Amino acid sequence: MASDVPSPSPAPSSHPLAPAPYFVRRQTAETGDTNTLVLAPMDGGPVPPALPGQFNMLYVFGVGEAAISLSGDPTDSTQVVHTVRNAGRITAALAQLPPGKAVGVRGPYGRGWPVDAAAGRDVVLMAGGLGLPPLRPVLYHFLSHRAQYGRIEVVYGARTPKDLVYYDQIQEWRQRSDLRFQVTVDAADRSWYGDVGLVTARIPDVRFEPGNTIAFLCGPEIMMKYAARDLEARGIPRSSIWISMERNMKCAVGICGHCQFGPEFVCRDGPVFRYDVVRDWLAAREI
Amino acid sequence: MTAASPAAGDRFLLDRRDFSAFLTSIRTAGYRIVGPTVRDGAIVYGDIQAESDLPIGWTERQDAGRYRLERRSDQALFGYVVGPHSWKKYLFPSHERLWTATRDGPTFAVISEPSDPTPLAFLGVRACELAALKITDKVFMGGIPDPSYSARRTRVLRVAVQCGQAGGTCFCVSMGTGPGVTSDYDLSLTEILTEGRHEFLVAVGTEAGGSVLRSVPLRPPTDEADRTVTAIVAHTASSMGRSMDPTGLRDLLLSNPDHPRWERVAKRCLSCTNCTMACPTCFCHTTEEVPSLDAEKTERWRRWDSCFNLEFTKLHATPVRASSSSRYRQWLTHKLGSWHDQFGTSGCVGCGRCITWCPVAIDITEEVAALRVPPPAPTPGGGH
Repeated sequence: MASDVPSPSPAPSSHPLAPAPYFVRRQTAETGDTNTLVLAPMDGGPVPPALPGQFNMLYVFGVGEAAISLSGDPTDSTQVVHTVRNAGRITAALAQLPPGKAVGVRGPYGRGWPVDAAAGRDVVLMAGGLGLPPLRPVLYHFLSHRAQYGRIEVVYGARTPKDLVYYDQIQEWRQRSDLRFQVTVDAADRSWYGDVGLVTARIPDVRFEPGNTIAFLCGPEIMMKYAARDLEARGIPRSSIWISMERNMKCAVGICGHCQFGPEFVCRDGPVFRYDVVRDWLAAREI
Repeated sequence: MTAASPAAGDRFLLDRRDFSAFLTSIRTAGYRIVGPTVRDGAIVYGDIQAESDLPIGWTERQDAGRYRLERRSDQALFGYVVGPHSWKKYLFPSHERLWTATRDGPTFAVISEPSDPTPLAFLGVRACELAALKITDKVFMGGIPDPSYSARRTRVLRVAVQCGQAGGTCFCVSMGTGPGVTSDYDLSLTEILTEGRHEFLVAVGTEAGGSVLRSVPLRPPTDEADRTVTAIVAHTASSMGRSMDPTGLRDLLLSNPDHPRWERVAKRCLSCTNCTMACPTCFCHTTEEVPSLDAEKTERWRRWDSCFNLEFTKLHATPVRASSSSRYRQWLTHKLGSWHDQFGTSGCVGCGRCITWCPVAIDITEEVAALRVPPPAPTPGGGH
């Protein structure tokens, strides 16, 4: 064909909402319904830089997309780590992907945890259920810059011992002398020697200097609501408490409307919010 | 006419008998003309091949939950207001493919949907609809520009029409969006139809607007025509079918999540989504994955969605907004309240479509008036 034949201008190859191809490096079971996926770009390139608390849209070819928090080490530019609970069509498809299989990734999106604001202060991390994975990157960050922070207190609660994620890593964290990591479960049989009770029940035992503490909470809304209330009662100002919200998301860029929470788009203005900004919405019904 | 293109700010008179030449000129400039046409008992937006496609001699009667076409006593081209469609259907189609992905060995390749390069001429855009376009521009082009919306929007020619009458559910005056067309247009027409005269005052808003007038027979404007046009707009403004006090609406809505009115309106609301489909600014959408049967190819589609759908807020198999009252509250609070926080403007332009097309005649102006009445303070013992 003659080279001077005009051809229609080629379609742009990438859409801002098109996923980039990654592959599954590893998939490990955390609990009966929750897996951790390690994903790396197909082209061998680096992953886009992400902040602790941000999320990606994970895509399974022919199935669809779901918003999943990043839960790996934020300084690792070779791969992304996501801990996913098998709770729907897309997450079920993700859970079935063996190593080598393609996964689409777009992101990272949203605002993360304000790690800079934590410098020089005591830090309280409270996680309920699958609230630990979105907090793990921030814990990695704190531990790799340990000297910049005061006390680090982590409280992690799950329904039962079988629902605890990152079990082996938690054992390691619990051995450390520069970090206090408490674990509690709502219910347990006699094989469990740890605490039993809600995460909020551990709050009286968490040590911090109230006027110089920042708290990051992630878990079910009801857990965050009561944990924030109790931390406030112990003297942490509302403006020093941060929570991570979850909503249905389709676009992740603030145009599909699904994730609205009061005036906020959780995908764009969150998922991490300062508690005093969203407190009224958290208190109201069906927002 | 002279060879030079009319410039922004220029005004002319166009005779009714030259309207076809005006349409031809727009088409010759490369535009596909879309505008009002009669279909299925309503005035909707569709392709305009000739002036006979316009609803000539038609008008409509609108009220809450009611819309009826009627014959006019004259042959006006634009003697009606707005119907169930809005221009968003062209810029943000109800169902649209975003990209296609094909398997490529162990990986996959994504190809964006190419955009149709044909520029569109929107014929007969009302003042409230120009305001709606500005709002959807902020939504889709304010952050990361949406490729398909932007590609279409940047090529649109806005041929506005100043309304010669108000509809039964119109309240653009309350929202400060009309009926006069004052900005954000390429051309603006006002239809003058008096005994023995049928002509249009044409105002040029932009160079693009002026350039389509080059081969159209035009006359200089007259003082009388100007006076008539002023009177037409004033008459329309004074005959609005509805009104809504916009003062402090944002704060009113955002501070009243527990107002008892939400439960009352929910007893009527069917969650049918008509208001959100007819609204010219509602932008919520969902995505659909459409794989081929052999699973070698898959398509990503975008489809209009609505905050009235139960699925809309589904999180871990449970909707966040399970009750009708919470969904109606979300729609109205977003439209009139949090829209300000998100986009620096109200999401309502006063077009009245949500009132007309509500099957149970819920009236946004009536709901706002009711929300302005403070909820009864809880009284100990429940006495008065």
